[in-house]
Amino acid sequence: MIGTHMTRRDAAIFWIGFAVIVALLIAAPLVLPPFWRRFLTEILIWGLLAMSSDILIGYTGMISFGHSAFFGLGIYGAAAALLLVTPPNLFLAIGFGLVAAALAALFVAYFSTRLRDIYFAITTLIFSQIFYVIIFTWTSVTGGENGLAFTRPGLGIPGLYVARFTPETLHWFVLAVVAGSYLLLRRITHSPFGMVLQSIRENEARTRAIGYHVEHYKIVAVMLSGLFAGLAGVLYALQNQFAAPDFVFFLVSGETVIFNVIGGIGTLVGPIVGAGFFLLLREALSRSFTEYYLIPVGIIFIAMVIFMPQGLLGFARRWLNR
Amino acid sequence: MSPAESSADPLVTVEDLHAYYGKSHVLHGVSLYVGRGEVVGVLGRNGVGKSTTLKSIMGLVQARQGRVLFEGEPVTGLPAHKLARIGVAYVPEDRRIFRLLTVLENLRTGLDRQGVTDSRKRELLDKVYAYFPVLAARRTQAGGTLSGGEQQMLAIARAMMLEPKIILLDEPTEGLMPRMVSQIREIIDVLRRDGVAILLVEQNVPLTLEVSHRIYFMEKGEVRHHAAAASLDVAHPVIHQYLGV
Amino acid sequence: MEIPWDLIAIQTINGIVTGMILALVASGLTLIFGIMDVVNFAHGELFMLGAYIGVLMLASTGSFWLALVAASLVVAVIGAALQVVTLRPLIGRDPLTTILATFGLSLVLQNYALWQFGPVARKIQEPITGQFDLFYLQYPWYRLVIAGLSAAIIGAFWLFLKYGKYGIWIRATTQDRVMAEAMGIPVPWVHTSVFAIGAGMAAASGVLFGPLVGVEHAMGGPWVLKAFIVVVVGGMGNLGGSIAAAIFISLLEAYASIWVSPSQAVIVSFVVLILTLLFRPTGLFVPTPK
Repeated sequence: MIGTHMTRRDAAIFWIGFAVIVALLIAAPLVLPPFWRRFLTEILIWGLLAMSSDILIGYTGMISFGHSAFFGLGIYGAAAALLLVTPPNLFLAIGFGLVAAALAALFVAYFSTRLRDIYFAITTLIFSQIFYVIIFTWTSVTGGENGLAFTRPGLGIPGLYVARFTPETLHWFVLAVVAGSYLLLRRITHSPFGMVLQSIRENEARTRAIGYHVEHYKIVAVMLSGLFAGLAGVLYALQNQFAAPDFVFFLVSGETVIFNVIGGIGTLVGPIVGAGFFLLLREALSRSFTEYYLIPVGIIFIAMVIFMPQGLLGFARRWLNR
Repeated sequence: MSPAESSADPLVTVEDLHAYYGKSHVLHGVSLYVGRGEVVGVLGRNGVGKSTTLKSIMGLVQARQGRVLFEGEPVTGLPAHKLARIGVAYVPEDRRIFRLLTVLENLRTGLDRQGVTDSRKRELLDKVYAYFPVLAARRTQAGGTLSGGEQQMLAIARAMMLEPKIILLDEPTEGLMPRMVSQIREIIDVLRRDGVAILLVEQNVPLTLEVSHRIYFMEKGEVRHHAAAASLDVAHPVIHQYLGV
Repeated sequence: MEIPWDLIAIQTINGIVTGMILALVASGLTLIFGIMDVVNFAHGELFMLGAYIGVLMLASTGSFWLALVAASLVVAVIGAALQVVTLRPLIGRDPLTTILATFGLSLVLQNYALWQFGPVARKIQEPITGQFDLFYLQYPWYRLVIAGLSAAIIGAFWLFLKYGKYGIWIRATTQDRVMAEAMGIPVPWVHTSVFAIGAGMAAASGVLFGPLVGVEHAMGGPWVLKAFIVVVVGGMGNLGGSIAAAIFISLLEAYASIWVSPSQAVIVSFVVLILTLLFRPTGLFVPTPK
């Protein structure tokens, strides 16, 4: 999906649509029962994670199985801030989380530029497992298998005014971060930088031949992707007040890729839709299939890779364009 | 023999073939034919679609429109391995012998077919070794260790192992020394005597004029001119028109 | 510091045993990648399926060897079927789609096993009990049998590749798929066969290794991860390289376990991978391309 110049009308349609959806999401926690409210917040957080992964998969054409590392480090980074510094400080948590994720992203980025697609995919998988093993075995620092529990910081500026999060305000905070991230990412992907990324996806050799320093673009893409994934991790830490190695496990990366493919890669919105679809599907199926929901989900996923590679959103777009 | 199968019918017919490389429209309706045992040359500048035509016939490039007939039957869209089995052999422009296989193993890729007795295999090998003593000498060497000219011999010999009815020969003399070029001429003669048809894409005009019965001239993905080789010579204006700089 | 020679000797043998199994698993993986550019994320699940079928066959026939052969054949057929249904439609598309498809397969297979067999690990009884004296240890004969059999299987396959008409077909297709097809080799069929062979080899590894660990639905995970490291370190598509890398890495890990815990010894393979990627990305045992 190459970005197009938006006409005035297209832009208007977009903003109206965006405003409507955001309004609905703002109103949601006020009307939904607690379970579904938390569920919605979770969809937003996973959606952010999936969006971050879309930068690599959808726009730059690099399939990464390493997002569990960025996500997990975001969680643990935030946990570190909230446990080490009293009183717990929201901005420090965000800062620590982003820095941790950024360091991991730097590490991955260094290798990403030297490896072809398939090697990159395998290497990100292996790296995410490396981080998992480290976190799992370094019990003294990370709490190992048992993870870390911490308290949620207040919203506000410490020293001046701090308010505790209510479920509603937490949801709105997450919504603000996710919506803001979406707009920021959208701006970036539609910018000349974003165009170069897509050009790398289409034909890396040609992009290099034209004169673009492909390595630099790839590094920035990985950093960007890692940062937003880490941000999702921070949000997750805030939501659940708990950090565990499970979140760094490769399966998280795998699920993220599933969200991307199901929703539609290269669309930013698609992955959020994919996350929602997957989580709802899992909720529905777990009523009847309990833990084996992954079997039908896996089959649907394979079928989509073969028959609907553009994902739900791509399919809807084609159907609407008819 | 049914009326449709008279020996006057062409072996291979290409009708209005359109082919694409991705989005690029490379062949704009190519039509030509090759009769049994005929040597037909295709001349034209670089990039006009000569190689692509061969590849389309062989099923290596998707034909979007038009058709290819072999012995009267449509074969458009058949995978290459089926075409090889019914009698169409392909010798590509860059030879593409299997570098890590020995010379003998390269030959065996064509030799190991269904319905070929061991004695017949022996016969074919002996024949090819007789024409290409160099290959016999190097039969246990890896293909990648052969010189350019030797690799060209191997590529053609390998195609001959298929006992084809037609060989699609793409620029066999490219990059070869003059001595080897005359060897290529001899091989084409041998094939012709054996009744094998040849569709020859070449840049070497004198050679093509010498060995071919008829010549097609291509430009911009189409066949623009068609003449008997006997009616042409190197100085003919048509040559300059389609091959000159 | 006193050098624990006896420990080193024991770990050498352990390393070779593990290395041979890893080599068998990795061979299938590198073969599949070499010939059709498919990264088979489901390889660990084929390993696991082999082990489970081994359990079932052992229960019904009582013969370990019969179970070994049967499991390999059954999983080879399953592998062929999976390749035809999920991978053939993806030929010609972006090779990354095969990563996604095989990843989906691994999810389905793993959870299917969990569903059918439950979370409790099963046991395969080793066919040869009995031990011999190795220094101060009683070393099980069976472990040596594993190493020997794995070597035999790999050796047999190598011979098959080198001689015989089908070996030539496979090697030709690996080198140049297009020309192989132009020579009349039925390439789609060759792809399916190679996938089946790779699957069979993984299954055999699963049965062989079954008695050493429990057979459960997630047993493939750590193996496929190790196998991928081996394949990258050995050079993707390079059979000899994978075997060498498998033994090399297993030996290093075995030695490391003398001083650190096994779960930390895993870091060794990661370090080897990183070093390989930094300095010889085409493979440690592959001559650097000019």
